[in-house]
Amino acid sequence: MSFKVLIADDEPNIVVSLEFMMKREGYEVLVARDGRQALEAIRRERPQLVLLDAMMPGMSGFDVCEAVRADGAVRDTRILMLTAKGRDTDVARGVGVGADAYMTKPFSTRDLMQKVRDMLA
Amino acid sequence: MKFDRRLMLVMLAPGAALAAWLALGGVLLRMTLDPAQRAGVDAAIGPLVASHGVLPVAWWLIAAALAAWAAGRLYAAHVAAPARLADATRVLIGDVAAPDLVPRGGAAARDLTAAINGLAGTRRALHEDMARLVAEASQGVAEQRDQLGALMAELNQSVVVCNLDGRILLYNRRARQLFRRLSRTPQGAGGAELIGLGRSIYGVFDRALIAHALETVDRRIARGGDAATVSARFVTGTPAGHLLRVSMAPVRPAASDRPALTGFVLLLDDITDEYEAHSRRDRQLLELTEASRASFASMQAALDMLDYPDLAAEERDRFHKVVRDEVSAMSARLTALAAGTSQDLMTRWPLQEMLGGDLVAAAVTRIEADTGQRVASDKVDGTLWLGVDSFALIQALAFLASRVVEAFDRPDLRIRLAQAGNRAHLDLIWAAEDARPETLAGWQTGAMQVGDARSPLSVRDVAERHCGEVWFEHDRSLALSFFRFLLPLATGEPAAAVTPGDTRPEYYDFDLFAASEGGRALDERLLEDIAYTVFDTETTGLHPAHGDEIIQIGATRIVNGKLLRGECFDQLVDPQRSIPEASIPIHGIRPAMVRGKPSIAEVMPAFRAFASDTVLVGHNVAFDMRFLKLKEAVSGVRFDQPVLDTLLLSSVVHPNEASHDLEAIAARLGVTISGRHTGVGDALATAEVFLKLLPLLREQGILTLGQAREAAQKSYYSRLRY
Repeated sequence: MSFKVLIADDEPNIVVSLEFMMKREGYEVLVARDGRQALEAIRRERPQLVLLDAMMPGMSGFDVCEAVRADGAVRDTRILMLTAKGRDTDVARGVGVGADAYMTKPFSTRDLMQKVRDMLA
Repeated sequence: MKFDRRLMLVMLAPGAALAAWLALGGVLLRMTLDPAQRAGVDAAIGPLVASHGVLPVAWWLIAAALAAWAAGRLYAAHVAAPARLADATRVLIGDVAAPDLVPRGGAAARDLTAAINGLAGTRRALHEDMARLVAEASQGVAEQRDQLGALMAELNQSVVVCNLDGRILLYNRRARQLFRRLSRTPQGAGGAELIGLGRSIYGVFDRALIAHALETVDRRIARGGDAATVSARFVTGTPAGHLLRVSMAPVRPAASDRPALTGFVLLLDDITDEYEAHSRRDRQLLELTEASRASFASMQAALDMLDYPDLAAEERDRFHKVVRDEVSAMSARLTALAAGTSQDLMTRWPLQEMLGGDLVAAAVTRIEADTGQRVASDKVDGTLWLGVDSFALIQALAFLASRVVEAFDRPDLRIRLAQAGNRAHLDLIWAAEDARPETLAGWQTGAMQVGDARSPLSVRDVAERHCGEVWFEHDRSLALSFFRFLLPLATGEPAAAVTPGDTRPEYYDFDLFAASEGGRALDERLLEDIAYTVFDTETTGLHPAHGDEIIQIGATRIVNGKLLRGECFDQLVDPQRSIPEASIPIHGIRPAMVRGKPSIAEVMPAFRAFASDTVLVGHNVAFDMRFLKLKEAVSGVRFDQPVLDTLLLSSVVHPNEASHDLEAIAARLGVTISGRHTGVGDALATAEVFLKLLPLLREQGILTLGQAREAAQKSYYSRLRY
């Protein structure tokens, strides 16, 4: 079966590449432009994996992560946080609110794909 | 001559005793006779009494007189003389400076007098020694205090010393300037409502904050910290939104082993600007990092995608567009950042504010001394305030000038200073037909050497130290060459220059270390121990109820019996009505002077802050108080502290004088008034009069505030209505 992956990022320029990459890998790709959309999409579409940007207008990626972990129905969604916040305090916060993995921008797409495959395996 | 009863008794006693003795002998003789013999004696003596009776009486009288004379001599020698000696000695006991005793009486008495004089002399010498030592010691202490005060005044950091009650007993000029900036009423009081001798530091800092810092210090000392070096640091905000970094060091007597605190020293830095600059920079840095990460991520991902060989043409175009987008977004960000921070890129070198004219004058002197060449400085805007490191800058100018003089065959030199936008151009100019750039090579970047003095800096370093620039220009048409320094103008208002000859304001009073309210009610406190605000108002007229208004408030402070001329309140007030022509000669305030000044509703809170914790003093103060009272509603400020009136106090001291107006009292008490009928001038005169009245009141047994108020109330003048 094909996995459903949600890309939640407000930067269209990164979404373009991520979407292309995920589709090429054969996943079904959903896109959310901000935190609220992302949370709705997770509840509605039940993706297996979310590539979640930490800094989005309105609801931040950290907030989304907390809400997902608090919601019994979608609690097990795997979350990979992709963010430009690179301070170790930010990484700690990401892991603390329940992200399964945390990658700091910029990243190599090869590493990202490997991580995605591992998390979906 | 004084009648001495005891001397009389002493002189009469021997005669009386002799008479009694003779009479007793006669009676006893008579009793040994039988009746026949007694009758025979009576018959024999009886007829003789009338004719010869006077003889034995005269005989006795002579004996009595002789005895009286002897008794008198004895009395004078052994009773009166010692008593006189004792009295004179008692005078000596009471007064060290009393003259020596005059020796009188017999040899023994003279001997005794000499001995007493010797003792008194020894004591006098001892006393003089003691007095001299005390005088020397206190002069030494006074000198040290003055030196400390002078040192503090020149310190570049704000210093405030407080006793344990938080009362300020020393502050320096810097602190005064700092508090002027912190003041929310910078006009009239100029920070004097916050900082002043005897004022509470808790008006500025939270009491709990100071207590916490003191505890921290105590704990460190208890843990074995060196009491001399322990200090506590904290950063705090002020009501006016400033951020202060405070370093507190305890004050304790040096002598004893584990002495208790007697006060504390606060070193203050206003770090508001610094902190804002830092946090702005941090924020910019963080934003830049995060935005760059995001951009690089997008670019990297897009480039990775472009590596796929099987991309369709429009997919390839899309990823190229991503890269182009992000590159231009990053350039835009960097441009914006560079524009925003160019002002901030300071080398953090402390620059001093200096008047352009002074800088040029100093540079000219230096260059003329170094080169022996006259320097013209006619095109100088001497009114510009510059932010400069004057030493390094003058060194750079002197270095360039000496090189120019060597290389160009002693041309005429000229210095020019002019404003250029928000910076200044400082030019060193000389006449030269052509530029000869090869001659100038290395002048700007090499280490400066003038004569034997070699500086580690280059001319360029000096320019960069000012966040400025330096370059060489040649004007072919005028045949002039010049080096141009681009220098920063002074930021903000230059600090008020201290004019020489200023009396040094009272910035310290160490007697306040011991001062303590001791929990006594104000009315029971001694007049000398109370802090006063002496004030005067100028008004448009005499009838507040009929629309007359205050147009000026002037005030000064008395703390610990000293007039603090440096801590004044001087504020013109916009009466929001016309000023009658007739009143202008009295107060000298014209309508133009009060235009744009704050209204009484704004000034009253500032004045209340200035007068907080003090007793108000004024001359005929009921008049001023009526004006203030009428403004309670509009300003929301009440003056409910005790009030003393120098007019009433003067009438207490001199009830029989006809006039108690300020000039009359001042003349009587030897106070010279300058600046009569200006707010501060009258307040200062009233304060001096008040200080002269205090000892006169003391002579009348009026010691406390309560007694003074009572006496004033009873005085004749208080019964008149104003």
